[in-house]
Amino acid sequence: MNDQIFVEKSKTEFEPTIIAFLCNWCSYTGADLAGTSRMKYEPHVRVIRVMCSGRVEPAFVLKAFAEGADGVLICGCHPGDCHYHSGNYKTLRRYHLLTKYLEQMGIQKDRFQLSWVSASEGRLFADVVNTMTHVLRKLGPSPIRENIRNLA
Amino acid sequence: MGTENKPKLKVAIYWASACGGCCVSVLDVHEKLLDVIALADIVFWPIAIDVKYKNVETMPDRSIDVCLFNGAIRNSENVEMAKMLRQKAKVLVAYGSCAHLGGIPGLANLKTKEEVFRRVYEESESTANSDKIRPQTHIKVPEGSLELPEFYNDVRSLRQVVPVDYFLPGCPPQTERFVEVFLAIAKGETLPPPGSIVGACDKAQCESCSRTRTENKSVKSFHRPWQIKDDGVSCFLEQGVVCMGPATRGGCGNRCIQGNFPCTGCYGPTAESPDPGAGMMSAIATIMDASDPVEVEKMVNQVHDPAGTFYRYSVPSSILRRALR
Repeated sequence: MNDQIFVEKSKTEFEPTIIAFLCNWCSYTGADLAGTSRMKYEPHVRVIRVMCSGRVEPAFVLKAFAEGADGVLICGCHPGDCHYHSGNYKTLRRYHLLTKYLEQMGIQKDRFQLSWVSASEGRLFADVVNTMTHVLRKLGPSPIRENIRNLA
Repeated sequence: MGTENKPKLKVAIYWASACGGCCVSVLDVHEKLLDVIALADIVFWPIAIDVKYKNVETMPDRSIDVCLFNGAIRNSENVEMAKMLRQKAKVLVAYGSCAHLGGIPGLANLKTKEEVFRRVYEESESTANSDKIRPQTHIKVPEGSLELPEFYNDVRSLRQVVPVDYFLPGCPPQTERFVEVFLAIAKGETLPPPGSIVGACDKAQCESCSRTRTENKSVKSFHRPWQIKDDGVSCFLEQGVVCMGPATRGGCGNRCIQGNFPCTGCYGPTAESPDPGAGMMSAIATIMDASDPVEVEKMVNQVHDPAGTFYRYSVPSSILRRALR
């Protein structure tokens, strides 16, 4: 399925930019595993490593959108696995609250995603990125940055 | 410092897109007005004295010492006056939440001009306008042609239109803070660097709040203020009522909380905050006592209108600045 997405892509298609915040302990290591295992996945993800997904302030996500990200992805340890005990639960609550705000601001839900990726789940990370890229291609470019530029 | 030999300060007070409350907060100086008048001549104040725009236009540049500008920037008249007063004033102060952050008029950034006009000129319960007439910027009548200011699609704060020297937050600013700031300017005291927030603290409301609070808050459900019986003593957040205190500058004397109403955030975000509402979203998420996605979603649904609650006075100054339409 994932290789299929890869093949379907044509040169003229819109290429989204995804900003991904990955926690140091699970998800960044998971993404690293995808790389060292030489898994092929979509190259549109710009990874920012944070010590914990709980470090991702809502303002980081808003800033990413304001500066032109087509999608924002947060990955953290599975519930119960947080290196700092409960950071990922805070992320979960923030994610739902922020999603509600983003929807009020007219930003599609699919542009903002949260996934739990452990250090052994390289394949899952690649799948998450591929699926999100596929969804964002269909949604098209994010209008947020232009919207801010054209204010009168 | 003596003030006897100094020429009187020339002061202008202007309202752009505002409700008039800021001008009233200036009048609330009561008997202190005599101190103000002793130090200053008011050269322009539409709510109180009859000086026309064309009189302001003929004043030399930088001839006004201090201009207190209240109200958001909503239409072309507001922009014209902001630019004119910036040119005529030595010190331009964004006075009140609207000039500071966009204020209540800034909530219109959640809608478009078309939606606002449709509501106001067609749908509102008190509107009788069967011909659906809307204001036009130009219209020809037998006597000649008339002009009205252009209503923009987006609301902006004063800083987003002209450079601003100082920001005096509040809806309206606490009158005591205004008097302190005004007397400091009038007596020639050393002023903070341009761009500073004056008449408010750097720290959050909670620092000065008199309600009792525990260190590790944990809330099981959220309520609107009318849905609970406030005990009058404990922290609003701990009672499950959204209070903007943790993400709002102090300086108002916790006026609303003293009146048993949660803070709504009119003094704007604290000094370090990059976005007015983002800090509050973080704070709310931290105190929620839910870890299962279903429970979390249920609790989030109890948080009514996040955009209008966390950004009540600040949509135009938020990172996103307006809703997509």
